[in-house]
Amino acid sequence: MSLASNTANPAASQNQTFHGSSLELKNLTMAYGDIEVLRNVSLTVAPGTTTCIIGPSGSGKSTLLRGVNRLHEPKSGDVLLSGESALKVKPDLLRTRIGMVFQHFNLFPDHTALENVALALWSVKGMSKAEARKRAHRSLSEVGLAERADHRPRDLSGGQQQRVAIARALAMEPEVMLFDEATSALDPELVKGVLNLMAGLGKRGMTMLVVTHEMGFARKVADQVVFMDEGEVVEAGAPGKLFDNPSSERLQRFLSEVL
Amino acid sequence: MDWLNTIIRTFFDFGAMAEVLPQLLGVGLLNTLIISIAATVIGLVLGMIVAVMGISPSRWLRIPARIYTDLFRGLPAILTILLIGQGFARFSQSIFGPSPYPLGIIALSLIASAYIGEIFRAGIQSVDKGQGEACRALGMSYAKSMALVVVPQGIRRVLPALVNQFIAIVKDSSLVYFLGLLVSERELFRVGQDAAVLSGNLSPLVLAGIFYLVITVPLTHLVNYFDNRFRTGRRRPAAPSSGLKEVKELDAASPLITGSNT
Repeated sequence: MSLASNTANPAASQNQTFHGSSLELKNLTMAYGDIEVLRNVSLTVAPGTTTCIIGPSGSGKSTLLRGVNRLHEPKSGDVLLSGESALKVKPDLLRTRIGMVFQHFNLFPDHTALENVALALWSVKGMSKAEARKRAHRSLSEVGLAERADHRPRDLSGGQQQRVAIARALAMEPEVMLFDEATSALDPELVKGVLNLMAGLGKRGMTMLVVTHEMGFARKVADQVVFMDEGEVVEAGAPGKLFDNPSSERLQRFLSEVL
Repeated sequence: MDWLNTIIRTFFDFGAMAEVLPQLLGVGLLNTLIISIAATVIGLVLGMIVAVMGISPSRWLRIPARIYTDLFRGLPAILTILLIGQGFARFSQSIFGPSPYPLGIIALSLIASAYIGEIFRAGIQSVDKGQGEACRALGMSYAKSMALVVVPQGIRRVLPALVNQFIAIVKDSSLVYFLGLLVSERELFRVGQDAAVLSGNLSPLVLAGIFYLVITVPLTHLVNYFDNRFRTGRRRPAAPSSGLKEVKELDAASPLITGSNT
């Protein structure tokens, strides 16, 4: 399997099963105490498209994701999910509509893969436990892990754990998926499998905001690439333009270091 | 060998021991276990409340929990037991009757809950922050993520410390005798002490001590066993498998990528 080719028009994908919502950040500013780590970031993600955020460490990429689902409350500005302000919704309700995948998976170690996926289905979505398990099983088979449903996280490889985490987020049927360096903690040979999985989601119409250090993925899969540094968006645009024709000196320097 | 005889007569007068044995078993051991287990159960419930309050985002819960803990951990057990056992005697009489036994249990529970609260708090706070974040990111409320994911993991980690705390409670239960117990309510220490006065030597107390050891020593070793087991973890023994195998499996079994399941 090669990486999915550039999905310029994912709506035309024949297997569209997700109905991603639009996402818009308006002058988003976020701070830890008095230190502003994100300043006036504005960004538009069209429904069903993939936006990759790249940039050096400390540039505020992860903070931006955490502002979208309000794991960290923004200081000012606004986040619009499907046109309505995410800051006016109850955070718990908002988060059921936004899936998130973490660098270190954050699976529940005392739950099996199936229970990891099923937990929020019954405890948040109010499904019966049997129903939740059925839905969880379907979600696990979607990421190729049906046979490992009864394994605990520590009996799974990093790649498998991250796929469980993706299944866990997808089972909630989110409108937007956030990926926070989802492949950074994986063994190198397992990275591609997870990236393929993510590319597949994008192809099927999921709106995705992906913080990544995988430049190959960003170039091939993203509809839009955003380069951030020191808490600001330095440059944004189509991947071809950013990677082949970076206009800012900072992006040129960054690319010369990572490529 | 005069000194040896003295030692035997003082500490190992088997006649005196045999005489007190039925009482130690039927009254002393029974009451020690009742007091200790009751105090532990109440202490666990109160301790969990104190712990959850102690890590709450709200300071109006945190501060009272802090004061409570400082108070009952900072005072000598005997002082707390006397203050509560005598101070609330009249109040207790209207509920439990004249016996100070229930108040003794309550005093021990309060002391235990302060320690247990700290144990729980340390355990809960040692759980990786990512666990709570993963819950919240799935839309779970703070309370649900604590109850379903974070707290259970925290408790498992502190089981050894909790067993240690139970051992401490077993030993502290001897202090309840200060409140003046009925004959049938006496715990190990009091039974041994009373018999020692009658026999004129310390052998009954030695036997009472042996009973304490019979409870505490196996538990101490149980703790070590737990501790080892939790540190190394139970793992299905599995031969190391090549990461390439998984790559193959992914290529073969990822319907999502090929889209054949949709």
